[in-house]
Amino acid sequence: MSEFFESRDIVIPGDVLFEGRTRTGDNTYRSEGKVCATRIGLVEYGRGIVSVIALEAGYNPLIGDLVVGEVLDINLGRWVVDIDAPTPAVLTVPDAIDAPFRPDIVMPDILDVGDTLVAKIVDMDRRRTPILSILGRDLGRVENGFTVRITPSKIPRLIGKKGSMVNMILKETGCRIAIGQNGRVLIQGRTREQEEIVVNVINRIEREAHTTGLTNRIQEYMKSLKEEHV
Amino acid sequence: MSPRKKKVEWKRIDGRARNELRPIKIESGVLPNADGSAYIEMGRNKVIVGVFGPKEMHPKRLAKPHMAVLRCRYHMAPFSVNPRRSPAPSRRDNEISMVIRHALEPAIFLDRYPRSAIEVYAEVLQADGGTRCASINAATVALVDAGIPMRDLVVSCAAGKIDGKTILDLGDYEDQKGEADLPVAYMPKLERVTLLQMDGVLSPEELEQCIDLAMEGCKQIYEMQREALKKKYGVEKEGE
Repeated sequence: MSEFFESRDIVIPGDVLFEGRTRTGDNTYRSEGKVCATRIGLVEYGRGIVSVIALEAGYNPLIGDLVVGEVLDINLGRWVVDIDAPTPAVLTVPDAIDAPFRPDIVMPDILDVGDTLVAKIVDMDRRRTPILSILGRDLGRVENGFTVRITPSKIPRLIGKKGSMVNMILKETGCRIAIGQNGRVLIQGRTREQEEIVVNVINRIEREAHTTGLTNRIQEYMKSLKEEHV
Repeated sequence: MSPRKKKVEWKRIDGRARNELRPIKIESGVLPNADGSAYIEMGRNKVIVGVFGPKEMHPKRLAKPHMAVLRCRYHMAPFSVNPRRSPAPSRRDNEISMVIRHALEPAIFLDRYPRSAIEVYAEVLQADGGTRCASINAATVALVDAGIPMRDLVVSCAAGKIDGKTILDLGDYEDQKGEADLPVAYMPKLERVTLLQMDGVLSPEELEQCIDLAMEGCKQIYEMQREALKKKYGVEKEGE
């Protein structure tokens, strides 16, 4: 039973984190009784569990996630949507317009190739292809705004504790922000300047996601940006 | 060389000691358009590696239902050697692509991404012997930078023999004029060898010496890879 690092140290794949009885958390694996890291990140020793908060990670789709995606292709009765996951997602007609598919439906009128959409993962099929739905509030095709891409593992930082970070950005700029768990963030503001401020702020959050006291620093940064624009 | 001096001390062509590596510089996250990337300079070798994925496998018939497919492409730029070489993939490029794939595969959790592909593109900008080792070293850093789950880093280094003496990290001249060349790749934490090639002739004792020598070199490179990966985050930490 021993810990080999301090909590929140940067670890690299293969680093032995723990030896002895424990559960393995995110981004870790067990080999010959040792718990090792699989991704670069910050190690965290919880109660009976060792995990790594990844600094770099791809998106792993889960049921219930809100995602921002782009339509890749239209098949008979379904759209193929890129959500930055290992496999593209599928949106069927009943999940898009709340009506069964009929051959006379003109699918590009609802969503065309290249359209950006905000959707929710409602299910996975038996090959673990994500099934999307755009039925619901704030879901559906996106008409305007910016999308920014950040590393999906840094999304929790952008949201903050109980949404503190995103609420602060909302209050300061008045922009609508849809945070896709897949690392794409949609920003819709009243003016271009407001949207640009949010883009800058999000990029800074991504760069400094692993540091402490981020919310306060971002607040000051946002104020200085706003003064520049005034 | 003075004729008076009877015993001339043996030295390598670039004045290195027998167990000395060339100067190495590694940088991670150099290409914003790739999911993960790395740049390495091993002596006069310059290699840039980009990683994409895991993503959908095309053509789909080559996808494996239970695991991801690792695809590697090693390519030498036309200007990487003098005289210029043809940019078309050669027999040698294809072989080294395969060798890199075999060296990296055991380190990656491929079974976590069924039906998908992970792509590694290594581009040699300048070659000076040992580009496959440099490519593997950079590819590992790029894979970690892409956030692909790995068991361990893969480190690679060559050892060989010239003038009857075993040496570490052969340059181009030593590679061509020497008696043997032995690239090794291995995972230092798991202590598993993932690549062992040999070109030339070595006695069993020399082979063991060379492997030990290469392992030593790998351990030194491993530390540099760690530094490079941490540097991307460490520099910003100081600004707090």
